[in-house]
Amino acid sequence: MRRNYILLLALLICLPWFSGEYYVNLASQILIAAIFAASLNLLVGYAGLTSLGHASYLGLSAYISAWLSLRMGLGHAVTAPAALLLTTLIGCGFGWIALRASGLGFLMLTLALSQIVWGLCYRWVGVTNGDNGLSGLTRPSPFGIDLGNSSAFYWFVLIITVAALYSIARFVNSPFGATLRGTRDQWRRMSSLGYNVWGIRWVTFVFSSFLGALAGLLYVYFNKYIHPSVMSVTVSAEALLAVIAGGSGTLAGPVVGAALVMLLKNYASAYVERWNMLMGIVFVFIVIVMPAGIVPGTLALLRRLRGGPR
Amino acid sequence: MAIDRRQFLQGAAAAGVGVAYSGLSLAQTNEPIRLGLLTVKTGPLASGGIDMERGLELYMKEHGGMMAGRKVEVIVADTGGVPATALTKTQELVERSKVHVLTGPLAAFEALAIDDYIRAQKMPILSVAAAEDMTQRKPNPWFVRATSSSSQCSHVMAHYCATVLKYKRMILIADDIAYGQEMNAGFQRVFEENGGKVIQKLFPPLTTPEYGSFIAQLKKDADAIFLGFAGSNGFRFIRQLNEFGSAGKMKIVGGMTALDESVLRNMGDEALGIPTVCWYSADLNNPINVKFAPSFRKAYGYDPGYYGAGTYVNAEILNAALVSIGGKAENKDALMAALKKTNVQTARGPVTFDTYGNVVGNIYIRKVERKDGRLVNSVVHTYPDVSQFWKYDPKAFLANPVYSRDWPPAKNLE
Repeated sequence: MRRNYILLLALLICLPWFSGEYYVNLASQILIAAIFAASLNLLVGYAGLTSLGHASYLGLSAYISAWLSLRMGLGHAVTAPAALLLTTLIGCGFGWIALRASGLGFLMLTLALSQIVWGLCYRWVGVTNGDNGLSGLTRPSPFGIDLGNSSAFYWFVLIITVAALYSIARFVNSPFGATLRGTRDQWRRMSSLGYNVWGIRWVTFVFSSFLGALAGLLYVYFNKYIHPSVMSVTVSAEALLAVIAGGSGTLAGPVVGAALVMLLKNYASAYVERWNMLMGIVFVFIVIVMPAGIVPGTLALLRRLRGGPR
Repeated sequence: MAIDRRQFLQGAAAAGVGVAYSGLSLAQTNEPIRLGLLTVKTGPLASGGIDMERGLELYMKEHGGMMAGRKVEVIVADTGGVPATALTKTQELVERSKVHVLTGPLAAFEALAIDDYIRAQKMPILSVAAAEDMTQRKPNPWFVRATSSSSQCSHVMAHYCATVLKYKRMILIADDIAYGQEMNAGFQRVFEENGGKVIQKLFPPLTTPEYGSFIAQLKKDADAIFLGFAGSNGFRFIRQLNEFGSAGKMKIVGGMTALDESVLRNMGDEALGIPTVCWYSADLNNPINVKFAPSFRKAYGYDPGYYGAGTYVNAEILNAALVSIGGKAENKDALMAALKKTNVQTARGPVTFDTYGNVVGNIYIRKVERKDGRLVNSVVHTYPDVSQFWKYDPKAFLANPVYSRDWPPAKNLE
């Protein structure tokens, strides 16, 4: 398994040498979407908390970094950590509010919070420039490497994606990750065993919002423009779809799901006029044939084909 | 899975290289000019976006798919009305389809989202979107707009309301998006400088299902109300105004998209007599439009409006520019210079561009009438050669902040 991962990584590193600029840019977007979906998967898959407001962290960190550099004239060395820190702090607050409930209540609270942030971005024109969005942004150039170049930017995103996924893997495979899964499956039992269920969930929520903020930072670097639509329910829902389609509660699932969503949205839409419908059909197909998601579904299929135990 | 994708990408890359080499080896004239259309075919903005595609499609059909003696290949991209997708689609058109020139997008925020990229790629674009600053405080050298800036038409309407209709006290209402805010701000400035007073400004959200709470707020003693709506909102507002029994009690005037031909076909007698302003009307009587409008109607069953005419006029302008440089669309600098020097008769009348890349052209005051059993915006008055700066000096105009909800300040609200 590990050998496969290394092979895949080597392939991804080589991508800019054998594909056109368009595919490199598309791959960068897929990676950003993958980080975002993976961060949401921490909540949906491992903590069993379905959030419909994750786009807030993507948008907040993008807006904060854009605002600091445009209005305060600060450099990327300051805006990037500031955006991550502030967004994570907001995540602490939002987690404190949303985790008063679980299940549907949690979903509605995250949705409500994200709508507040979205509405604020639309209407607080003095800060966010409203519907015109913030433009005139730049990409950073760490160590003098110009990330305006799409290949350089792709490698930059790839490094961060690997780091983010590695940290998620460490997180969920640690003893803490095991207790987290425990609170998902048997929260009453965990509580009576003396675990602080609320605390475990809150820490996960905060970590998840931090990774969401990381995706937001990359998102604004890629687009060099930010508009309130990035915080809309559609963006949250798309990430949730990616997680569920790929396989929630698995490491590779959200990555595969995010790639699927991005490819359908950005690539297939060039050939299929009714790409929204195509997307719907694909998801219905996944839900019917592989209810657990693409990754677990494919693995089960492979095992069955090899004749091994189910 | 990984190998499949690699094979696929290699194949695609090989195909891309193949296309590039064949392009080098063949004479330039054998290769078609590739024109990318950025439009919206899904989501709430789709009706205008589909009209954009139809306008261009009709032009190509009428001209045998040729411009300046070369075949033209139109590549359509659906942005879904989402800024981030607009950027991806522009990258797709430029990097993968290798287009020579772009037309579109529809919405202001889409134009703003691709602004940086257009500059970096030096890609000529004939826009349909109205965002003011794209040709004002942050002019993009690769951007020309033959339609109108947000306030270009509302300046004219304000002048007409103050001087011809003699209105003194008016209410302004528009969608709460940059386009609506800029349009109303331009209206307010010219109207108040010509002796009128704006006594109320309302901005309902873009997707308001029900205007009742806004209609209830309307000041009863106003002379008239100006509608700065886009899409189908103007039509819905007027219908609900009637349902509230306010028909005939409040005079209505409209901006350039309030009673567009694309929604007019769904309206009834309540629309009769309403004056609106636009840079085009399907009823326009010039040699080009008397052919264009009927053939559009014949092909699609309704009159062309802002969006359908927008891409048609853009195609006419592009064709003229290409003819003047011998069809060499590959030379972007020459194409851009030729576009900026445009001086051509189009379906909207004569078109030239100012130094910022925005159109200077006729603006028409129209009035809804019934002709041959259908409603049309028939032209009642023409303001010739109107600039985006109205009658102001461009330098003085640009020294002010961009039009918004708060600028210019409304001093006469009651």
